[in-house]
Amino acid sequence: MVKFEIHDLNIWFGSVHAIKHINMEIQSNEILSVIGPANSGKTTFLRMLNRLNDLNQNFKMNGEVRLDNEDIKNIDMELLRKRVGMVFALPLPLPLSIFDNVVYGLRMHGIKNKKVLEERAEESLKEAYLWEEVKDRLSESAFKLSGGQQQRLCIARTLAVEPEVILFDEPCSGLDPISTAKVEDAMVKLKEKYTLVLVTNNVKQAARVGDRTAFFLSGELIELDKTDKIFTAPQDKRTDGYIRGKFG
Amino acid sequence: MRKLKEFIVEKLILICGLASIFFVALIFLFLLKEGLAVFKTVSLFKFLFGKSWYPISEPAQLGILPLILGSLLITVGAAIISIPIGVGCAIYIAEIAPLKIKETLKAGIELLAAIPSVVLGFIGMVTLVPLVKNLFNLPTGLTALSGSIMLAFMAMPTIVSIAEDALYSVPKTYKEGAFALGATHWQTIWRVMLPAASSGILAAVMLGIGRVIGETMAVMMITGNAAVIPHTILAPVRTLTATIAAEMGEAVVGSEHYFALFAIGIVLFVISFAINVTADSFLHKRQQ
Repeated sequence: MVKFEIHDLNIWFGSVHAIKHINMEIQSNEILSVIGPANSGKTTFLRMLNRLNDLNQNFKMNGEVRLDNEDIKNIDMELLRKRVGMVFALPLPLPLSIFDNVVYGLRMHGIKNKKVLEERAEESLKEAYLWEEVKDRLSESAFKLSGGQQQRLCIARTLAVEPEVILFDEPCSGLDPISTAKVEDAMVKLKEKYTLVLVTNNVKQAARVGDRTAFFLSGELIELDKTDKIFTAPQDKRTDGYIRGKFG
Repeated sequence: MRKLKEFIVEKLILICGLASIFFVALIFLFLLKEGLAVFKTVSLFKFLFGKSWYPISEPAQLGILPLILGSLLITVGAAIISIPIGVGCAIYIAEIAPLKIKETLKAGIELLAAIPSVVLGFIGMVTLVPLVKNLFNLPTGLTALSGSIMLAFMAMPTIVSIAEDALYSVPKTYKEGAFALGATHWQTIWRVMLPAASSGILAAVMLGIGRVIGETMAVMMITGNAAVIPHTILAPVRTLTATIAAEMGEAVVGSEHYFALFAIGIVLFVISFAINVTADSFLHKRQQ
């Protein structure tokens, strides 16, 4: 099933043409990795999917983006962001307890019932592979967790509002290899229920977790194919050059 | 040769640095020396809590409680008016206003800060005072309320610009994180931005209050200057600052009255010092 449909998407920031004529689809329950050098537009692309770019006053876009066959411009912005959650590069726990962090989004959406909150918190923490490590200290400050745990806490916080799609913006850039492996395990497990879009600077990570991989360069989509194919037999020379580390 | 130059420049800068501390120390010592002399004739308790201020009657009655209460009443009134408006204005400028309105508002706020207090006092006297008088049907419009409103205007630029800075310095990632969870703009401001900027906003409020409590000219012109304990905000009051400004010229040097005015100066000094230290500690907390 198609989750996101993107037709002739263009994005400008002031006079900078950041995304150029992109056409693509994102399938349900897949992990789509987006790779590309700096300034290739991959983060802009990601932040377009939950309309976070709209915070920038110089932002302009045309083209059509459909989520479940509905134009995202017609979806209420708060509802869209609830359906399309996001995990950022740096773990960003709030200065609250672990439990309060996880249910923060739920409370914001007006859920007050303690039982519901507790159930959702446990469920999300389990899905984010963090439950076993924190179940006995939910009332401790989130800052006491390690970097990798904090990132999984942020994943749990995103999961708690029950999104359909989760966007990952270089989620492991600040983590050590072991924490990275845990976050990647969580991601692979999550695609059973959710659609995942992963922007990463780590080409090997894209190869490890992505079902399909998109290669962006200077705002253009150069190639999009099954991850195996991108990494073994890329159609475009520039893709080949980038994954072999010849530029970027 | 170069080393000598280096040495001289270094020492010159050292002297500049020490000079400011030296002057503060001198002022403080002078204030103490002149002010403490009053306690030879009045006890500290009677001075601070005495209910009447008749410095030139025989024997002089030097109780500054009415003056302290006058200052407090006006400050609290000004704070109640200026904090919500000032913080609201800062939120609007930092978060909501489109670029053009933002620039205009900021220029306006800076202009407000540039108006000399005597001009504000003058404007207040001819516009605000009659308004208050007619509105509440009072014998005179020279009241604590008029002073509070006027001083609220003077505290606003300080509160707005520092609170706005505090809101700007909240990391962008906080805001994006809240939005990404599906928060509305107001939820983001109320639950994420304001708590994150709270220490800076508190510092802004404290500095605004510091400005109000030290203000002299405008309050002297529009509060009626009656040194009696005020029972409502619609009564005339006199502040600590206005008392010094109004009476210093006529007090005989070396008299009890003269020393008492210096002692009022000490009280003011202690109050503003306490406010500044509190504001500073909030600002430092924010930087950590």
